[in-house]
Amino acid sequence: MSRIGVFICHCGENISRTVDVERVAAQVAKLPGVAFSTDYKYMCSDPGQNLLKKTIQEQKLSHIVVAACSPRMHEKTFRKAVEAAGLNPFLCEMANIREHCSWVHEDKQEATLKAIEIVGMMVERVKKNRVLPTITVPVTKRALIIGGGIAGIQAALDIADCGHEVILVEREPSIGGHMAQLSETFPTLDCSQCIMTPKMVDVINHPKIKLYSYSEIELVEGYIGNFQVTIRRKARSVIEDKCTGCGVCMEKCPVKKIPNKFDCNLGMRPAIYVPFPQAVPNTPVIDRENCIKFKTGKCGLCQKVCGPGAVDYEQEDTLIVEAVGAIVVATGFDLYNITEKPKGSPIKGYGEFGHGKIPDVIDGMTFERLASASGPTGGKILRPSDGKEPKQIVFIQCIGSRAREKGISYCSKVCCMYTAKHTMLYHHKVHDGQAYVFFMDARTPGKSYDEFWRRSIEEEEAVYIRGMVSRLYQKGDKIVVMGSDIAVGVQVEIEADMVVLATAVQPQKGAELLAQKLGISYDKYNFYSEAHAKLRPVECATAGIYLAGACQGPKDIPETVSQASAAAAKVMTLLSKDKLEREPIVARVKESTCVGCFACKKVCAYGAVEEKEIRDRQGNLIKVVAYVNPGVCGGCGTCQATCPSKSVELDGYTDEQIVAMIEAL
Amino acid sequence: MHSEKQKHDFEPKIIAFVCTWCTYAGADLAGTSRMQYPANVRVLKFPCTGRIDPVFILKAFQQGADGVLVSGCHPGDCHYIAGNFHARRRFAAFRKLLEFVGVDLERLQFSWVSAAEGGKWVEVVSDLTEKVRNMGPMTEFKELALEEQWSGAINTAELKEAYNEI
Ligand SMILES: Cc1cc2nc3c(=O)[nH]c(=O)nc-3n(C[C@H](O)[C@H](O)[C@H](O)COP(=O)(O)OP(=O)(O)OC[C@H]3O[C@@H](n4cnc5c(N)ncnc54)[C@H](O)[C@@H]3O)c2cc1C
Ligand code: SF4
Ligand code: SF4
Repeated sequence: MSRIGVFICHCGENISRTVDVERVAAQVAKLPGVAFSTDYKYMCSDPGQNLLKKTIQEQKLSHIVVAACSPRMHEKTFRKAVEAAGLNPFLCEMANIREHCSWVHEDKQEATLKAIEIVGMMVERVKKNRVLPTITVPVTKRALIIGGGIAGIQAALDIADCGHEVILVEREPSIGGHMAQLSETFPTLDCSQCIMTPKMVDVINHPKIKLYSYSEIELVEGYIGNFQVTIRRKARSVIEDKCTGCGVCMEKCPVKKIPNKFDCNLGMRPAIYVPFPQAVPNTPVIDRENCIKFKTGKCGLCQKVCGPGAVDYEQEDTLIVEAVGAIVVATGFDLYNITEKPKGSPIKGYGEFGHGKIPDVIDGMTFERLASASGPTGGKILRPSDGKEPKQIVFIQCIGSRAREKGISYCSKVCCMYTAKHTMLYHHKVHDGQAYVFFMDARTPGKSYDEFWRRSIEEEEAVYIRGMVSRLYQKGDKIVVMGSDIAVGVQVEIEADMVVLATAVQPQKGAELLAQKLGISYDKYNFYSEAHAKLRPVECATAGIYLAGACQGPKDIPETVSQASAAAAKVMTLLSKDKLEREPIVARVKESTCVGCFACKKVCAYGAVEEKEIRDRQGNLIKVVAYVNPGVCGGCGTCQATCPSKSVELDGYTDEQIVAMIEAL
Repeated sequence: MHSEKQKHDFEPKIIAFVCTWCTYAGADLAGTSRMQYPANVRVLKFPCTGRIDPVFILKAFQQGADGVLVSGCHPGDCHYIAGNFHARRRFAAFRKLLEFVGVDLERLQFSWVSAAEGGKWVEVVSDLTEKVRNMGPMTEFKELALEEQWSGAINTAELKEAYNEI
């Protein structure tokens, strides 16, 4: 028989002003099972908690109801106090008679009656509460980082510096991401390579970081603290441990004219290559599609010239399994390509701009490569078509961004600033040139950003035209740009030598496939979703997985680095624990009645439901039932409401408890 | 404003099934903002609307509720990723069943109230109370409940007879 203790709080006068607390205590005392009931001025105060503890022991109470404020406020406080008195904390419930009663009603009679009912309801509920064990799961103290751009690099270094092992997986042959491609960076114009390369080298030299470049995530299993990740190491055809990075193979490779993606196809590379001289690791990879040895079986020059014998044409993809406790996703972005309309892309095409067909209409990243001292032109701004220096250059912002009718409604955030940067770099390099910018608004809300933007107009003489461009076409060796200046209300026509389009920042291709492997959510553009836009901006809703950088939404470098360090801090907090404790509100399957339909598995958004085989003593399979992994279960209870045979139950919210509450009313 | 409180002949009983993260928090906010609303509603907290079994709604009506409110997070805002989505699908089917059984669907309301929408909570609760008050008491299920009344004793003649028949 339960001995329930009920404690009614006055909350100073916050409750007692509209609720006759003494009457509630007297009324509740009459309920079957209630052994003790009282009221007290401030239950949450030290003396209040002591009263609770003392009474539990003196009166040998078995269950507790504290009628006070919202459980969202003090449930933890009272459960702790109850635990200190020797009771299981989950045998204590709160009845909310402040936020849901005394504060929202004025009539004392009405409020008192309602309070009696609310407390009565919780008394009936608590009778059905069961002792719940605290669930602990072990923590594997290693982190996985997916994507080796500046976001992934920063997170990896922070976590590794803290002493935890880090696995960094990068899809491309080298880490560095887009930042490695940039020339100089706003708002200070430091050279991107100069600030990026040392960090890349720190990664490869760090004793706690294991780098898998040219690798992809194949499969993710497990849950917070305990993930098993299968990584596919794509065949590089060069053995990393043997290669010294001398580069002889690249010199001798007879294939020379493969457009280099890293240089936005402006420069050429051999079939065995590193994407750029500062690549990390500095180990070449054979592009098997263009290699003569792979195409015809002949050649094999690189293997012959390689001193340490690192070239291996037989190499195959290998799968490696790594155990980690936390995952940071840092897969970055891609630029929208107006030459193609990718299948399934929300953006409708930009045929009117002729990109791809007019060689001197390029995108912002291509301009970065032209302006980069280590780029294909050695930092000279030259037209891709004929290598001439453009004297009139037109920049067009918001291509694909903020264009609801084209399918993307968001702002790409970095284009206003990098276009201003481009006009500066152009003016520094082509002194007699003139830059024009078509823009909708200038969005420059970062630290020192507006000053930077103004400088492009006031000191670097860029002409900003507020309005959009309706058409571009080639005329002789010029590109005619037709647009409107909406500030003045006139049509503008500029004969340009080169046009640079600030195309929209989009998630990496296939971002949604990775999300599905990880079980994280993404928005309609495929940017990954944070758990809470304001209060949990670097966490995924899926426990143990964090976000950093542009994969979550367009970001510049300072923001990317901040978020990466924030994600690293979250990971370090997690990895600082040996075991994780979690609220034991998890689902449990009654194996005797489960029919194995797995309706629960279909609705579980956490992937917590597994299949479990039940065998007899001889090992014969009797049936397959559902099993809920308590480490993974989020505790929503959707499975329970779905189960046709009533075989799965959410602890803390059992049918019994809920029906008891309804019946009390 | 509230000086002259109107007295009504009939005060309906409203039971609200809400999720912890959005609507329960929204109702808390109405409290902290000292908004006023009719005292007819009793709130049952669930982790997620996904946990709410339609049987609970039937049970509430049977137990004498005149109106039932189910409220959770806005679509896409579910704390548990997709629980509210499953709930929505489940309830769409359930409404049809209720209609078939003859329950006036006006007595059952679904809504989305976020943790920031204290005002909306007040509005939803006030509107439903007012609507159900005008409809009068819900009688259909109460009669059923009476028919089902059973003292709990197992040695009655009636029960023995019933057992013998099986
Ligand atoms: C033209 C242009 C100019 C810019 N100029 C500036 C500037 O001057 N100043 C500034 O602050 N910002 C600038 N930016 C913004 C800057 O580029 C970004 O803020 C930064 O690159 C974001 O870093 P990231 O690590 O999030 O993404 P990324 O740089 O895109 O890196 C992502 C990495 O993840 C890898 N990856 C992707 N998918 C997978 C996968 N499935 N598995 C494994 N690895 C994967 C990629 O290969 C890549 O290495 C500019 C952007 C553009 C487009
Ligand atoms: S829904 Fe019920 S019966 Fe079906 S698998 Fe899950 S627990 Fe078993
Ligand atoms: S309670 Fe929710 S998270 Fe847990 S197993 Fe059931 S559906 Fe999955």
